[in-house]
Amino acid sequence: MEDIVSNFDLVLSGFWITLQLAFWSALGSLVIGALLVAMRVGPVRVLALFATSYVNIVRNTPLLVIFILVFAGFPALDLLVGTPFLVKGIVTMTIYTSPFVCEALRAGVNSVQLGQAEAARAIGMTFGQTMTQVVLPQAVRASVPPLTSVIIAMTKNTSIAAVFGLAEATARMRGFTNNNADDRILIFLVFALGYIVIVEAISGASWLLERRWRTVR
Amino acid sequence: MSRGTSVLFDVPGPRTRLRHRIYDVAALVLLVVGLVGLYFFLDAKGQLTYEDWEPFVTPEFMVALGEGWITTIQMALTAVLLALVFGVVLGVGKLSDHRWVRLPSALVVEFFRAVPLLLLIVFIFLTYGVGGGIGSYWSVVIGLMLYNGSVLAEIFRAGINALPPGQAEAAYAVGMRKTQVMTTILLPQAVKIMIPAIISQCVVALKDTSLGFYVLAPGLTAVGRSIYTEFRNQFQTVLVLALMYIVTNFILTLIATWVQKRYVGERDQLQVGAAGLSDQDTGLADAGTRHGQV
Repeated sequence: MEDIVSNFDLVLSGFWITLQLAFWSALGSLVIGALLVAMRVGPVRVLALFATSYVNIVRNTPLLVIFILVFAGFPALDLLVGTPFLVKGIVTMTIYTSPFVCEALRAGVNSVQLGQAEAARAIGMTFGQTMTQVVLPQAVRASVPPLTSVIIAMTKNTSIAAVFGLAEATARMRGFTNNNADDRILIFLVFALGYIVIVEAISGASWLLERRWRTVR
Repeated sequence: MSRGTSVLFDVPGPRTRLRHRIYDVAALVLLVVGLVGLYFFLDAKGQLTYEDWEPFVTPEFMVALGEGWITTIQMALTAVLLALVFGVVLGVGKLSDHRWVRLPSALVVEFFRAVPLLLLIVFIFLTYGVGGGIGSYWSVVIGLMLYNGSVLAEIFRAGINALPPGQAEAAYAVGMRKTQVMTTILLPQAVKIMIPAIISQCVVALKDTSLGFYVLAPGLTAVGRSIYTEFRNQFQTVLVLALMYIVTNFILTLIATWVQKRYVGERDQLQVGAAGLSDQDTGLADAGTRHGQV
């Protein structure tokens, strides 16, 4: 009890690393995921095939295996040697999460009804107008719930960085538990609460975004 | 994918088709150059030598990998079976008419879905697993059960809610009791549409068994670790491990798709959002494609 109270700064620093990892990984995954979905739904068949294979391969691989690849496999190839662990963690999370982002965005695109684009073309809108005024606004709105799911799951997945020596929240919990065998349950609840707060904050932000973007149909 | 009738593009004319053909060729050239470059890069780093790959064609290690694979599948299956029981109990609890049953069930489901699985496994392992406890194998299985059970509870609730309300109403009208309505009318129908989602959850569970790595549980990744600590062939081991997971999951996905077609028909697979999003599951189902679970 005293230990976790007097060393509460360690708990906070753990969650600070978790948040940094989550923020930059989310950013990276959104960018790569958007590129992947552009390839996947685009007219160039070779790129579509490439993006589809990437998505299917990575989605069926456990995140832990990708962590082993980046943290143990890449040094054998002289890649990312001397890179800070945080950056390596972000690279790993981005490799793993971008296919899920791609699929969430694709779900959004697929939810736009064909008639919407046809009507836009019928009244003479150009490709750019159709995209920016009709298709994408609807697709982005529809992607918010699945994207939020992906980001929440990703934030929880950052805990796996603990296995590879990043002192984020889960690693901190292990440290505290090793030192204070009597307070295990309290320590677990403190860290669980930290994650719950982050998860609820993300879902709250998504809810606000959805409400703001809601349209009358 | 039907070409031509896309929400994104108009039907391409001859000139656009030619342009796309050129992009196709350019992308193909780029891809081939990339693959050849990768080959030479790996060769230059000495990653393609026979010694590094030898363990994977040596019978003893192949047997060890096979055993690890079976342990992994065993862990995932045990966890999913336990999770089914846990999930049905919580799912029914969440649909209960009594607030004192509904609220605790919802709280438990929310809690286990919001907490990272690894945190849960570490806690179970350090509190009940070490020493004379349940050991790392069961720590992972129990962790998986609690997490997947909570997800399945949501899937289960979504499955019951997806049934036409007339089903329950008709059952009540002919004089059935609440338990009868649930067990003879709603459950059998809901289970049918849940099966593909349950198989997809097996994929998630199978991937998550790899978290046992942190608490030294047996399984595929543990075998991989002992191979690469002995032979220092991390890169090759990762590729083999990934391939084994991918093939297994791919087979599971094929089964899920087949069951979906065979027993459920055209409707989309049930989807539930991440923790904190439980009321938006219909939004996900409407989105139309399976985006899978992270």
